[in-house]
Amino acid sequence: MLEIKNLCAKIGDKQILKGINLTVKAGEVHAIMGPNGSGKSTLSYILAGREGYEVTDGQVLYEGKDLLSMPTEVRSREGVFLAFQYPVEIHGVTNKYFLKAAVNAKLKHQGKTEMSAGQFLSFVKEKAKTVEMDEALLSRQVNAGFSGGEKKRNEILQMAALEPKLAILDETDSGLDIDALKIVSHGINVMRGPQRSFLVITHYQRLLDYVVPDFVHVLSDGRIIRSGGKELAYQLEKEGYAWAKEEFAGLKG
Amino acid sequence: MANGKPDVLNQITEREYQYGFVSEVEADQIPKGLNEEIITLISQKKKEPAFLLEFRLKAYRHWLKMREPQWANVHYPPINYQDIVYYSAPKSKKKLSSMDEVDPEVRKTFEKLGIPLEEQKMLSNVAVDAVFDSVSVATTFKKTLSDAGVIFCPFSEAAIEHPDLVEKYLGSVVPYTDNFFAALNSAVFSDGSFCYVPKGVRCPMELSTYFRINAKETGQFERTLIIAEEGASVSYLEGCTAPMRDENQLHAAIVELVALDNAQIKYSTIQNWYPGDKNGKGGIYNFVTKRGKCQGKNSKISWTQVETGSAITWKYPSCLLLGDNSIGEFYSVALANHYQQADTGTKMIHIGKNTKSTIISKGISAGHGQNTYRGLVKIAKGAESSRNYSQCDSLLMGNLCGAHTFPTLEVGNTSSQIEHEATTSKIGEDQLFYLRSRGLSAEDAVGLIVNGFCKEVFQELPIEFAVEAHKLLSISLEGAVG
Repeated sequence: MLEIKNLCAKIGDKQILKGINLTVKAGEVHAIMGPNGSGKSTLSYILAGREGYEVTDGQVLYEGKDLLSMPTEVRSREGVFLAFQYPVEIHGVTNKYFLKAAVNAKLKHQGKTEMSAGQFLSFVKEKAKTVEMDEALLSRQVNAGFSGGEKKRNEILQMAALEPKLAILDETDSGLDIDALKIVSHGINVMRGPQRSFLVITHYQRLLDYVVPDFVHVLSDGRIIRSGGKELAYQLEKEGYAWAKEEFAGLKG
Repeated sequence: MANGKPDVLNQITEREYQYGFVSEVEADQIPKGLNEEIITLISQKKKEPAFLLEFRLKAYRHWLKMREPQWANVHYPPINYQDIVYYSAPKSKKKLSSMDEVDPEVRKTFEKLGIPLEEQKMLSNVAVDAVFDSVSVATTFKKTLSDAGVIFCPFSEAAIEHPDLVEKYLGSVVPYTDNFFAALNSAVFSDGSFCYVPKGVRCPMELSTYFRINAKETGQFERTLIIAEEGASVSYLEGCTAPMRDENQLHAAIVELVALDNAQIKYSTIQNWYPGDKNGKGGIYNFVTKRGKCQGKNSKISWTQVETGSAITWKYPSCLLLGDNSIGEFYSVALANHYQQADTGTKMIHIGKNTKSTIISKGISAGHGQNTYRGLVKIAKGAESSRNYSQCDSLLMGNLCGAHTFPTLEVGNTSSQIEHEATTSKIGEDQLFYLRSRGLSAEDAVGLIVNGFCKEVFQELPIEFAVEAHKLLSISLEGAVG
């Protein structure tokens, strides 16, 4: 599904990613944990195609294709989805209108017939039901006046509607109370399947209690310094990132 | 930008004006220049009654004493008023008795613009008056309208067929002394639409006039007069386009609306004159005076405008709220892309008691565009318990454009209320990235953001035209931002 090979990137003169290697197979859930400033969000932005980053080395293959050469919107249409840490407000545009444009852009890209307003409405209501989201969100303006929790839930609803093959969740758990965390996690879990992979970026082990990963990676200073199973998350929670860093330094030494 | 990619916003605004073609039509043109002989010639060509020539000449003599206004936030080289052709009409050999006799080239022009003049091909609930340079070439659905008692015809026809109405109302809202361009228009106006809705009649269909400038070095000076008698109501829409030319062309129109007791007039404009090229060469100077008089009690006049074209726009559709409980509304989207300059807004003059006005203005600036909102809300001493709500929002795309707001509020009593809100925002890379990461192209993303910004205005447009406005705005923004 996704193969990241020696990915190095910088913003301006600042080198953020210093050689990331990661392989995600179809159906796998990978958690990426790491302290602030380790490059987690940069990695997710580069995968989704945000401008302003310069890839200095390495490559990313998505379903065998060169992901980095695809325009942002094409990546999405090909099945890459990024749930934003800070979802953006678009005033005057309803969620359903926006989502219909997004879903139809994907269908068109796949050479399929676009949905009419009626078809889309029943489709998206069904999706809202599966991820247990309030239908009322659909008629509201995109993220405008949403609480932090609503914004995150809206991201999950968009993910459900776009049915991505690779979903990157950038700190989707941040700012959520425990109830909202459960709802969001449920949304993610129902989306899990043998053809869909997840890259779950988080600070805390908390989310991973609900969304149980197959693999956990520790990102620090632009590199993956340790990989393991879900138990690695517990170890990190207990011992902190310093432990992983020291161990990594020891390995190098 | 990083990766050597051009700025997304940069790419989106480089499409050419779609309506810039020129039609090969043999024209009946008078010589360039402006003097009493020219004015008399125009009046003769139109076989006008004597009072109209008199009106024109008075206006001309007054105009000679006036000076071009300098207060607007727009900049252009001096206009040589002697270097303009004031009358140009497609040549026709005989008087038209049916649509089939319209010059095929002219008809083709309107078809290309998406305005077929055959009734069966048109939107069934919209009557169209098509104005080509200085004359009206066709008016559709006249029969349906006259059955309802509604008069909808070219202004020049009204002057001959209904001189009493024209004489009574012409200049009653915008006198020729009003301003420089109003005086000029009053002297040389050629055609436009006339609409009269009698007492108690709700006009059975949308009325619409489509203005097309075609001839070179020609100005268009049309005049529209709409009268809604007691309890009458009408919705009217105008649209306009012009060929692409390197020279600037002048369009100085007057629109007068009169609403009597309990009457309602809704006036919508989709203005898409040629805006000039992306370096600011050419384009229409759109200097227009539009004003509505809510003369009667409980009357209502509503202006909705989507201004995407013209090199320079100078217009302030206004309402005089004379009747008690009368209502004035102004909904505006003004776009200034490339080197376009827009100085637009409204005046709401509250005279009657318990009068209400609403102003929603959305200015979009892109490229080197300069967008100015200029408005006056005046509540006279006697206009007790009156209310105004104003909202002026500006959206900026890029760093080279400008948005300016000059609201003036004058309240003459203590029982009235005024509210004013204003915002300025910028389309950011984060918004664009968000939408693109959901699969929308950059163009569609900008379109979505801009149309969302304009939503409150678009929802005031008749539905057929809201869709058109939506598209037009997206197209006009292509090629905008640095």
